[in-house]
Amino acid sequence: MAQYKMHLLVCGGTGCRASESEQIVENLKSEIKNLGLENDAQVVTTGCFGFCEKGPIVKVIPDNTFYTQVKKEDCEEIIREHVLKGRKVNRLLYEDPETQKHIEDSKHMGFYQKQMRIALRNCGFIDPENIDEYIARDGYAALGKVISEMTPEAAVELLKKSGLRGRGGGGFPTGLKWEIAAKNKADQKYVVCNADEGDPGAFMDRSILEGDPHSVIEAMAICGYCIGATKGIVYIRAEYPLAIKRLKVAARQARQYGLLGENILGSDFEFDIELRYGAGAFVCGEETALIHSMEGLRGEPTVKPPFPAEKGYLGKPTNVNNVETFANVPAIYLKGPEWYSSIGTERSKGTKVFALAGKINNVGLIEVPMGITLREVIYEIGGGIKDGKKFKAVQTGGPSGGCLTEKHLDTPIDFDNLLAAGSMMGSGGMIVMDEDDCMVSVAKFYLEFTVEESCGKCAPCRVGNKRLHEMLEKITSGKGVPEDIEYLKNLSRVIKDTSLCGLGQTSPNPVLSTIENFYDEYLAHVTERVCPAGSCKALKLYTIIADKCTGCTACVRACPVDAITGEKRQPHVIDAEKCIRCGACYEKCKFTAIHVQ
Amino acid sequence: MNKIKSLEDLRKMKQNLEHGMNIREKSNEPESLVQIRVAMATCGIASGARTVMNTLVEKIEKDKIPAVVTQGGCMGYCYAEPTIEVRVPGKDPVVFGYVDTAKAIEIVEKYIVNGELLDGIIPTNYKTINDKN
Repeated sequence: MAQYKMHLLVCGGTGCRASESEQIVENLKSEIKNLGLENDAQVVTTGCFGFCEKGPIVKVIPDNTFYTQVKKEDCEEIIREHVLKGRKVNRLLYEDPETQKHIEDSKHMGFYQKQMRIALRNCGFIDPENIDEYIARDGYAALGKVISEMTPEAAVELLKKSGLRGRGGGGFPTGLKWEIAAKNKADQKYVVCNADEGDPGAFMDRSILEGDPHSVIEAMAICGYCIGATKGIVYIRAEYPLAIKRLKVAARQARQYGLLGENILGSDFEFDIELRYGAGAFVCGEETALIHSMEGLRGEPTVKPPFPAEKGYLGKPTNVNNVETFANVPAIYLKGPEWYSSIGTERSKGTKVFALAGKINNVGLIEVPMGITLREVIYEIGGGIKDGKKFKAVQTGGPSGGCLTEKHLDTPIDFDNLLAAGSMMGSGGMIVMDEDDCMVSVAKFYLEFTVEESCGKCAPCRVGNKRLHEMLEKITSGKGVPEDIEYLKNLSRVIKDTSLCGLGQTSPNPVLSTIENFYDEYLAHVTERVCPAGSCKALKLYTIIADKCTGCTACVRACPVDAITGEKRQPHVIDAEKCIRCGACYEKCKFTAIHVQ
Repeated sequence: MNKIKSLEDLRKMKQNLEHGMNIREKSNEPESLVQIRVAMATCGIASGARTVMNTLVEKIEKDKIPAVVTQGGCMGYCYAEPTIEVRVPGKDPVVFGYVDTAKAIEIVEKYIVNGELLDGIIPTNYKTINDKN
């Protein structure tokens, strides 16, 4: 590789590409050419830096300058000032929200200080479409070590010792899973990578595949060696075109180097991967449904046992792991299980990637050691709640998870603590809510999702979730009665107990957890017919403040249902029965005489 | 592209490839490395700072010195260009003036590696707003 004095790393993740980061790469390159700096500076398209809130990101190496929200017009200035003359472009630097000072170096940004990157170690650091950069960072060395120096049994044992647990949501020990698949004898076995990321607001797996596809391919090959499989399949949603493209490029390069295919690294180990596209059905993230979908059948789950490790794809032993789980594997083999198990908590080792979203300042992708508290994640990394509002809850675990509230802020995050707090780790979506969010509506949102995504095979999930959703709809439209809360709870329990697969067994969680943590809010909806957060439209109450009303009749003319009456130049009155809460009067009133509750 | 035949080949290949990536690895922890900043303003460039910088980059890469070369703006010593600032961890930064390629190599070999003091040090008697007190 040529020796460049400066590297300009440009984020080529889906988020930044949507803000024209490809054009930024082009402009930077052409300006470098204009100034004859081709031998000094190199422009590299990398994966996601995680700081999506302020994208597109351009990072200048070696001084680690972190430019945010770069526009294609800024490229000339960056090259002319920074690359040519060594003067940083101050206006593009990240500004610390508290001190309002520019931070030149990403090392000093609160967003990065508490993070620890293992699964994301190469994201935003290497060019995902260049296998040489991956190899330069010890890529495929773990695979090499495993196939030339270890027996499959020893390799499985090592992974068991590391304490790695599945990152797709269940948290099943990965080493144990591999061991079971390894012990089942068959003429053909399969390694499957579950890249069917479906939780609303989650984009961890996509970012890993876009930013570091080789780490997943390498780990799948290691798994193949351990369990005795020669075929790997990545089940990925078709709606991730960039991840698919980069995976294909990566697999092609690995084949050219002899890192996939027959006689890998001169050994007699053979392994190759292929891609299967999912149509974006949430239930296909469940491993039995995923396998059926790959077989060309309907994406419906079946009862376990038999587990895929015994009878999976085409009836053969199959090991299914999630993208993030795989991304951790090469690092564990290189640095050793002791290193890995020294990170994290007693029963949850390592790190976890979270997609921070919702009412938070720094929306983005983060990786933190297990055991970090929610407070650190939300306030120190996430930069606190948007617009100085008050924190209300954070939803983890997607449609299967629950809400954590202020009292959980100091709970260390790990698999067991989140379960104990009535939520779950899930795949790592973290949606932050502030005081303006109505928790009944939040539960309704998730139920809407589950109703849509239920495969319909078993009645509790198909019918039960629909009924739950109807009940929540009734409450948010102001027609609820106090008995409804008990009804919701009972039905939720029945659905959980009797559903066939993980989808139905967890789908009532958002309802149960919001009732548990925000009982008063539900009560206010059904007794006083008030939405304390002021978000349920049907529960808004419009009244006229008599002292302020001048009787100008502007509201009377604005009201589409003639709900406002009164004499000219006398205070008017709104008939709550007739009012449809459209807000037209509120907008028209020049004297702020309309009060909304 | 040729196939990689063994773990040994892969390791060799890694060693050849990591040169190009070293600069990125180093930028991850600049505090633990020797930081060399070349003043690359118009006056610096005119006096040959670019050549000096190239020499430094090649030298530290060749001798595998734990240092990172960055470029900075004008330091104000226009009379003594090219100037470079060398910050050895745990020591105060030192500014050298009139640095040509030969001097650059001398600075690396004597000051950075052996810790010897050299001629051509410009006494710094200013403070920057980044200084704490």
